[in-house]
Amino acid sequence: MKLGFLVDLNLCMGCKGCEVACKVENEVPLGSWRLRVKYIDIGTFPDTSRSFTPLRCNHCESAPCERICPVSALHYLENGIVNVDSARCIGCAGCMMACPYGAIYMDPETNTADKCTYCAHRIESGMMPACVVVCPVQANIFGDVEDDTSHISQYIMEHQGAVQVRKPEKNTEPKHYYVGGGTQTLDPLAQQRLEGYNLFNNITHLEHVGDPHHGVIDRFLAPFTSHEHLDNKSFVDFDNNAHESHEEEGGY
Amino acid sequence: MVEHGIHATQAVVTLDVALPGIIWGWMITLNMWAKSVGTGVIIVGAFLLYRHKKDEMPNLRWTMPLISFVFLNIFLLFTLTDLHQPYRMVNIFLHPHWTSAITVGAWMASLFTALVTILLVIGFFDAHPNIRKNCALANAARANSGLYEKLFPFVVFLAFPVTMYTAIIMAESSARELWQTPAEVMQMIWAALLAGSAGLIFVSGKWSTEARRDLALVLAISTLFSFLMYMGEYFFSFKSAEAEATLAYVHAGGEYNTEFWFGMVLGFIVPFFLAVSSMKSDNKTLLRFAALLALIGLYMAKDVWLKIPQMLPLS
Repeated sequence: MKLGFLVDLNLCMGCKGCEVACKVENEVPLGSWRLRVKYIDIGTFPDTSRSFTPLRCNHCESAPCERICPVSALHYLENGIVNVDSARCIGCAGCMMACPYGAIYMDPETNTADKCTYCAHRIESGMMPACVVVCPVQANIFGDVEDDTSHISQYIMEHQGAVQVRKPEKNTEPKHYYVGGGTQTLDPLAQQRLEGYNLFNNITHLEHVGDPHHGVIDRFLAPFTSHEHLDNKSFVDFDNNAHESHEEEGGY
Repeated sequence: MVEHGIHATQAVVTLDVALPGIIWGWMITLNMWAKSVGTGVIIVGAFLLYRHKKDEMPNLRWTMPLISFVFLNIFLLFTLTDLHQPYRMVNIFLHPHWTSAITVGAWMASLFTALVTILLVIGFFDAHPNIRKNCALANAARANSGLYEKLFPFVVFLAFPVTMYTAIIMAESSARELWQTPAEVMQMIWAALLAGSAGLIFVSGKWSTEARRDLALVLAISTLFSFLMYMGEYFFSFKSAEAEATLAYVHAGGEYNTEFWFGMVLGFIVPFFLAVSSMKSDNKTLLRFAALLALIGLYMAKDVWLKIPQMLPLS
């Protein structure tokens, strides 16, 4: 079995439902993304068109991230998924330097590398990945590419000549395909990136709460500190008497 | 008005997430720079021992491993500090993944540091017989003085892969096309020779003129070839779209352009001429100045080359 993904860009309408579902399902922190949908505008007004490109891990058969990982935190599952063991990851970011698709991020909460796993935990239970389930136009097609009768295999056969992968010249043998894509949508060097069109440019932290994992020194101190007083229950235990009242602070 | 129509052919990203920016920053630059010094002094020291009698370089036997030890520990410290989970460094030894140059390098660098430490202990206590006369470690080191010469060939042999393995890590970084293995391997070797000769120049005050001339020669050759390699890549390495797009960050001006050319001029061109002139006149001060400039310039050149490929959007 070799699981693969296909996105039909002709169907995608850029609703970002997959993005949101992914973040909820995998508890992806704010400002980090396992799956994102990029908007690309082509042409000059009024003759313009907008295309939407969902981008996620390609689960390459010859994955550079797996090769460079010094501790096998990135590893293959039997079904072809390139999985992450965050408990083993040392946070060297080698995988981020190796992935030609920029699909790996450093989780700011766990300080470990993370990425799309094709929702391996759901697949283990016989469920489809969250982004597939949520897509209103069924642009995400997921299945076994080694099985000729699977939906994804048949889709690929039906659209021969129009099926593409990103950066095939890297010889990573990605298992993530696109139908209806082109250079302007799939090649980041063929696109202009102008300032001001980014979501969440800066990730900021509340100073009074702090972030025990954020600074370099804090990485060494992290095992000796904890979030125990920073979970939801801490709001219940909050001692109002130890602070100025809402009115004293100027509120009404 | 065709030129105004060019925008009709271009795609513009109108909504996306922010680029992650520089992931491997100054700590990795410092890591590579310190490793060049730590391995380079051993390689250049071996070259000097091959060319000259030990009497011409009386303190080399212990200053060489001392400099190497200090800079290898700087290298290891910043390797560790750059990890987001520094305590899990132990996983490299408990769960090694041998296809990774990071793993192979970490094992080799650890072994290399251990061997250099042994050389340092033996070399230091041999050179200072009156220090810690009653210390068991010092006496054991003095009693096993011959071990130094037995270990030294292995240390020299190991210095080469230890200095080069970062080039393989960069080669395994498939997303960064600017870093090509052959060029990076040679850059690492030249950097080690440059940093090693520069490091030893600072302790060569009482050495023979001939030994110091050899140091100046190594510095001159390594700065010249480092410069030529960078120039070759800067002007003629347009072999892939990504490498060209990466180099545009330097070509276009701005901070990386300034840092790059400061590195080239201060780190390679000026030290080259100073080293060549020192070979003729044996001016110690000038040679030390050349060594200092070369070390600063090497850091700047490495820093630019490390950071610019990370500015590129990958998807």
